[in-house]
Amino acid sequence: MLEASNLECVRGERRLFADVGFRLEGGEMLYVQGSNGSGKTSLLRMLCALTPAASGEIRWRGKPIGRLGEEFRSELCYLGHQNAIKEELTPLENLRSSAQLAQESLVPDAALEALELVGLRGREDLPCRYLSQGQKRRAALARLVNERRPLWVLDEPYVALDTAAVELVAGLIGAHLQRGGLAVLTTHQAVPIPAAAVRELWLGDDHAAPGGGRSRTC
Amino acid sequence: MLSSLRAVIGRDLRLAMRRQADIVAAMFFFIIVVSLFPLGVGPEPDQLRRMAPGVLWVAALLATMLSLPRLFADDHRDGTLEQLALAPQPLGLIVLGKVIAHWLVAGLPLVVLAPVLGVQFDLASDALAVLTLSLLIGTPALSGIGAIGAALTLGVRGGGVLLSLLVLPLYIPVLIFGAGAVDATVSGLGPQAHLSLLGALALGGVFFAPWPTAAALRVALE
Repeated sequence: MLEASNLECVRGERRLFADVGFRLEGGEMLYVQGSNGSGKTSLLRMLCALTPAASGEIRWRGKPIGRLGEEFRSELCYLGHQNAIKEELTPLENLRSSAQLAQESLVPDAALEALELVGLRGREDLPCRYLSQGQKRRAALARLVNERRPLWVLDEPYVALDTAAVELVAGLIGAHLQRGGLAVLTTHQAVPIPAAAVRELWLGDDHAAPGGGRSRTC
Repeated sequence: MLSSLRAVIGRDLRLAMRRQADIVAAMFFFIIVVSLFPLGVGPEPDQLRRMAPGVLWVAALLATMLSLPRLFADDHRDGTLEQLALAPQPLGLIVLGKVIAHWLVAGLPLVVLAPVLGVQFDLASDALAVLTLSLLIGTPALSGIGAIGAALTLGVRGGGVLLSLLVLPLYIPVLIFGAGAVDATVSGLGPQAHLSLLGALALGGVFFAPWPTAAALRVALE
């Protein structure tokens, strides 16, 4: 379903990685690993078509994602470094507005249940700026509870979360994979996720992939 | 299509209501700048009447400029802009929603205030009416054109000054036809021609500006 070949990332004058390729089918998960600054976030942003690749191609259901455009974006759920929640809005409003943006209908009960699941019940009407860092992350992750789009791209989903929440998120990803979805994630915490197949991709100097990932100055 | 447009407008209006200080600050800026002129120039009705359209329009441009830098900067900082760019709708449509919301929050209050402030300049009632009408037609163009500048300067350090240098020259046609409409009324020529041109600028600004803005936002997100 998701296929990448010969990807190269150039940031400024530095080549972060080259010759990166992988293939991911329904129910499979890709762990992108590597040291800080090895280009994990850049790779994820390429997969979302936010950043163009210096060379190489990414295909979704056999077609290049650049050409698919809106068709691809409606099947993609991206959670970046930043939480993408509005500090002035409450967790409930944030959840609702992101669902509206994705053109999904979210009944109020489902939204409240999602917030209860991530442990924000009782705080659903509190503006997000009063929440702690971990709670803000939970508010952002509440999106995943009712998320049915097939491709999840998650950048460091476990950051700022406590162990219980990490397990919860791992469970959400596992359930998503069991429904036949795909997930690409970066993390420095190894958390077991039940998946049909877990693929690993190493970026940077200590990589295992042939030929790829050497960072060098051009 | 329409429902997502409504969702973006609703979201931005709600955010603006939670942060009313921004709206109020821009409105007071407009009031104070306009009120300083009669104090500085002196109470000669003839002179004031002649200056009024220009002063009100320039103050309206500057007040709009005040709120422009935050049009995309907040969304950019907290990562919401990425989500907007990844939404299934065309980004141009989302930008259109944000431009409309910006006009409702930053442009419409100026239109409402203008007739009250115009009284300070001893404007006749027909001139006041045309002034208000010209602002009503022209301020959407300011939001639309300003959005391009706001997107181009997104993430640039000291972007506020750059934004003014970029956008204010583009506002010149709006200023000329906006202030010109009032002048034409005062001199008895009738404001129709100016208002029509202003309307054309506003339509162009609101419906064409979102697409270059969307392109600039995608570059800023790379």
